[in-house]
Amino acid sequence: MATSASRTTDTAVGADARREVRSRRLSLPGLIAFGVLILVAVAILFPLVYAVLGGFKTNGQLAANPGVLLPTEWVFSNYTDVLFGEYAPTFWRQALNSVIVAGIAVALTVALASGAAFVFARMVFPGREAFYLLFVFGLLFPSAVAILPLYILVRELGLSANLLGVALPQAAFALPLTIVILRPFFRSIPVELEDAARIDGCSTFGFFWRILLPLARPALATVSVLAIVGTWNAFFLPLVILNGADQWTLPLGAMNFSTEYSSDRARVLAYTVVSIIPAIVFYAFAERQIVSGLTSGSVKG
Amino acid sequence: MTAISRPARRRSGPSTRWLTIGLFLLPALILYAVFVLLPVLQAMQYSLYKWNGLAPLTDFVGLQNYATALGSKTFMTSVGNNLLIVVLSLAIQIPFSLALAVLLNRRFRGRAIFRLLFFLPYVLSEAVTGIVFSLMLQPHSVVDSSLSNVGLGALVQDWLGDSTLVMVTLFVIISWKYFGFHMIIMLAGLQGIPRELEEAAYIDGASRRTAFRYITLPLLGPTIRVSIFLSIIGALQLFDMVWVMTGGGPVNASSTMAIAMFKAGFRSHQFGYGSALAVILFLCGLAVALLYQRYVLRRDTEGAVTAYGG
Repeated sequence: MATSASRTTDTAVGADARREVRSRRLSLPGLIAFGVLILVAVAILFPLVYAVLGGFKTNGQLAANPGVLLPTEWVFSNYTDVLFGEYAPTFWRQALNSVIVAGIAVALTVALASGAAFVFARMVFPGREAFYLLFVFGLLFPSAVAILPLYILVRELGLSANLLGVALPQAAFALPLTIVILRPFFRSIPVELEDAARIDGCSTFGFFWRILLPLARPALATVSVLAIVGTWNAFFLPLVILNGADQWTLPLGAMNFSTEYSSDRARVLAYTVVSIIPAIVFYAFAERQIVSGLTSGSVKG
Repeated sequence: MTAISRPARRRSGPSTRWLTIGLFLLPALILYAVFVLLPVLQAMQYSLYKWNGLAPLTDFVGLQNYATALGSKTFMTSVGNNLLIVVLSLAIQIPFSLALAVLLNRRFRGRAIFRLLFFLPYVLSEAVTGIVFSLMLQPHSVVDSSLSNVGLGALVQDWLGDSTLVMVTLFVIISWKYFGFHMIIMLAGLQGIPRELEEAAYIDGASRRTAFRYITLPLLGPTIRVSIFLSIIGALQLFDMVWVMTGGGPVNASSTMAIAMFKAGFRSHQFGYGSALAVILFLCGLAVALLYQRYVLRRDTEGAVTAYGG
């Protein structure tokens, strides 16, 4: 990454500008700015490092030297107990539950929202904008509003204490954002392409399935990633719907572990860290999609 | 659904077109109607009854639940706490995010790493964030002892147990998790502003500060307003982190509207009263959305909220 001179075109070009940039970088305000960035970075990393390293300590170490980050003696049993030992069945069950809920919710949201966004983007019919606004409406109010009636509704549908009872509402709540992001993307695909497909005998569904969706793959990846993050981290709805350690998703499981074993801090840290890892790995691979999705939609729900 | 079939009857010719529209739109519409719209309407209905969530819905009490809510000290504390988070977010978190976005909009080695790092907390769940911070903030844990180690032992507090301090502590943790989100949005907004505009200002003799104040900031307006809107909606429905860290305590000092609603429904089995709280939450959100729509959205281009790319 070469240093760019684009900031300094007010003075000169070439070597002069580069010198200018270099001097600006070493200026006092520049140093202060860099110091601020470093401070914020430390503030972000500190809790994560504390949690990871804390998982390698004994409770005795945590209590005796609370201000020392590095373990005086490395203990692996906290992590191995969660991953392979005593708590492994519960942990892996909860990880699987999270995967199931996220999988169903995301597949459903992306499939249904693609259809709806296709209609909103490329078909003209009376009432279209009204229906579209109905979905946009879903972005405008806090989803917590629906929690109590959802609990009743899911119970009446016979889905309480069932992962579907979480996945279906999650999918429904993810629809507005997904549709709002997909519609302009679907709209941007040239009409000529659709005309050409029709002349070649393509049906509407054929165009949607064989031409539009493949072209929209980047947008589909973006909305899928956003929906995964949203579903994976969901807490309120699973808290209300799911019963017992075997049904909980990871955030719920981690919270209940932390209250149940509150005196065993090192193990709580280990459990929490292990339950965070999927999210961090996912972030490492999908950061680009998450950012492009959030900045294009600029809507969180 | 009836709205779709009505025009179809009028124009029976292209019925396959309507069939297509129906097949594409109805599945999403049904799921959305059942799990989003219906519950919101049901909350409005339940809020007019005294109801424990199990017995038949018969005990109609009119607006009494709302009167109870507005007279409830606990609920008013909760509303106040939500407002406090809104105010602190707008006064501190948003300007802080903007400042960092401006810093990261300069080109320098390593800025991609900062961006990646600052945004990282956004993908962690509020629940696990809350667990880790709870452990750090316990008395004699890492925060207290670090303060003592650097000679600031006098600043040690009961961070989550002190009823006047607890909301501020929670706000700091909320900011830890969400400032990166707002920063990313504003960074995208900054990058959408053509460099030439600022450069032209420099050529005309403007200082960097003047150029920022009169060129960049106004052009960033739509982005900042989106950020503000999302921040308010988020602050209104604050639940997960508070529930994990304090459960609304000590003695309701950190209760929020969503916490009060949850407790009414699932601790006291007052589903009617809880629904009234939900409707009040809904009205707060709606008021914010309408104000946004009325005063903000109209001024901004459609692109700020919906356009892809940008």
